[in-house]
Amino acid sequence: MTTLILFNVTNGLIIGAFYVLMALGLSLILNLSGVINFAHGGFLTLGGYVAYALSLRIGFWGGLIVAPFIVAALGIVIERTMIRRLYGRDPLYSLLLTFGLAFILEDGTRWYWGPQGLPVTVPAFLAQPLSASLFFITGYRLFMVVVAASVIVALFFFLRHTRLGLRIRAGTLDLDTVSSLGVNVRFLRSFNFGLGIFLAGLSGVLAGGQLGLIPTMGSALLMPSFIAIIVGGVGSLPGTLVGGLLIGVAAGVTTVFWPSASEAVMYVLMAVVLMVRPRGLFGEEGMLT
Amino acid sequence: MIGRRFTADQITMVVVWALLLTVPLWIGAVGGYMALATRVVVLGLAAMSINFLLGFTGYMSFGHAAFFGLGAYGAGFTLKLLAASTPLSLLLGMLLGGVLGGLLGLLIVRRRGVYFAMVTIAFGQVFYFIAYRWNTLTGGDDGLRGFARAPLHLGPVTIDILNNATAFYFFVLACFALVTGVMGLLLRSPFGHTLLAIRENEQRARFLGIPIERHVWVSFTLSCFFMSFAGALYALLNNFADPSNLYYVMSGNIVIMAVLGGIRAFWGPLLGAAVFVVLQDYLSSVTTNWMSFVGLLFVLVVLFFPRGLLGFARNRGQREPAAG
Repeated sequence: MTTLILFNVTNGLIIGAFYVLMALGLSLILNLSGVINFAHGGFLTLGGYVAYALSLRIGFWGGLIVAPFIVAALGIVIERTMIRRLYGRDPLYSLLLTFGLAFILEDGTRWYWGPQGLPVTVPAFLAQPLSASLFFITGYRLFMVVVAASVIVALFFFLRHTRLGLRIRAGTLDLDTVSSLGVNVRFLRSFNFGLGIFLAGLSGVLAGGQLGLIPTMGSALLMPSFIAIIVGGVGSLPGTLVGGLLIGVAAGVTTVFWPSASEAVMYVLMAVVLMVRPRGLFGEEGMLT
Repeated sequence: MIGRRFTADQITMVVVWALLLTVPLWIGAVGGYMALATRVVVLGLAAMSINFLLGFTGYMSFGHAAFFGLGAYGAGFTLKLLAASTPLSLLLGMLLGGVLGGLLGLLIVRRRGVYFAMVTIAFGQVFYFIAYRWNTLTGGDDGLRGFARAPLHLGPVTIDILNNATAFYFFVLACFALVTGVMGLLLRSPFGHTLLAIRENEQRARFLGIPIERHVWVSFTLSCFFMSFAGALYALLNNFADPSNLYYVMSGNIVIMAVLGGIRAFWGPLLGAAVFVVLQDYLSSVTTNWMSFVGLLFVLVVLFFPRGLLGFARNRGQREPAAG
């Protein structure tokens, strides 16, 4: 029983790390530009598939490193050509646009790579379990968590200690003032959007190695990421981090006792948080509400 | 401006009803069929229901498919488990979605803008997972089967709406008239004008002493009732309900129907639904990649057609929908 719970808590943390990576990207875009990026799951899927295509030519590690940048570049192109036109308009329109993009990305992936799942081979030394008693912790799982954790730490460091990161945080609070201080807000938003998509692409690459690739993998991760943001509090990145891990573990633990409720428990958690603390665990009053 | 708008709405209304009532005469000539026309009316009602909240109160819900689906399942359960009565199935389907919507609304109405949209999507998904997972009751992924709409008994007359597609169409149209009539009356009442005031300037409305949350809650709940009524009709149309009725993609489709037709026009969402349903029916018959084309439609509507078909035809001087 203890092993079972430990197994599912570990699972929950790993899944939670995906939620966090994905939700942080969503949060960055939402906070600075007020856009709920429905296509985030589509970018995640694309990241996984691009890494797969690249890995056939330049190997697993090449794919892992290059794919997120390719996806981020595509994200910036989309931001510059379409999403930029919708800033300052009713958020309804950016929501619908990204909704349509999500359809196109998912269907495009299905069209190009086929509807069946594709297996991803990870390097042999990563596929081994670490020890016989902790059979469920393979090297790859550990690797995923380490990569996710370092990227998250790097992101927080970037936002806190670099000039660009500072501008993004300031823009989240008051974009007009930031603009009038001479910061190029158009560039800031493009960069920020690319950064968010980069995180989505990276989670796609990592998820592909663990779960395999299917065209719907992104949309399956989208809803939990929304919940992570709502639970943690809209506007707060640390909140998103805590929210993602929390719902991951909650879903993992529930799997032990009542498997069919493992999705529902996230929503119950969200309902409880909204009742007790409507702004979310770390949300600021008045932020985007 | 107000006077002109009502006149324009009245003209549209006459055209819309003339077309709807004569469907059996021309639908075959344009390559359609009765079930397709019925689908347009049902989904048009759904789009008008969401627009009660979106276009006339200024709050965007992306979780309304949940209430649509609850109505569908409610109607299905009634016919399968309770009694073979079409009116009862519509009533109970509407109550299931409406009451649950009202309860959830209590948690939701204090949110604003994108946050409101996110919370509604997330809560909407709860019902999707319940329908998907509760196999023994709902049939899970395969959907709820084994029920069929029952013939109508009006005193001595029995109308066979099960096998006669035209009779069923007119039954749906009568329901549509009833619900849109209620909607129109509500929007013309002082309550409806208060909703418009909230849409136009929530802060000013608040300063005038209007209890915003209560009005938004009532509007949300009403639109859930209308929505689940449309969902119940949808279950009767297909004699089937499945989890995709509750999925957030369904919400998105219904919202784009409303936007495509024009969210500021009372009849806009019906027109949008007609275009969307016919297009989807056509695309899914010629290509397996219809999802990409539907996605493309979303993108094109947002970039080039944000005010919708009926929004373009008139009110040129009016400003664009402002941030809600």
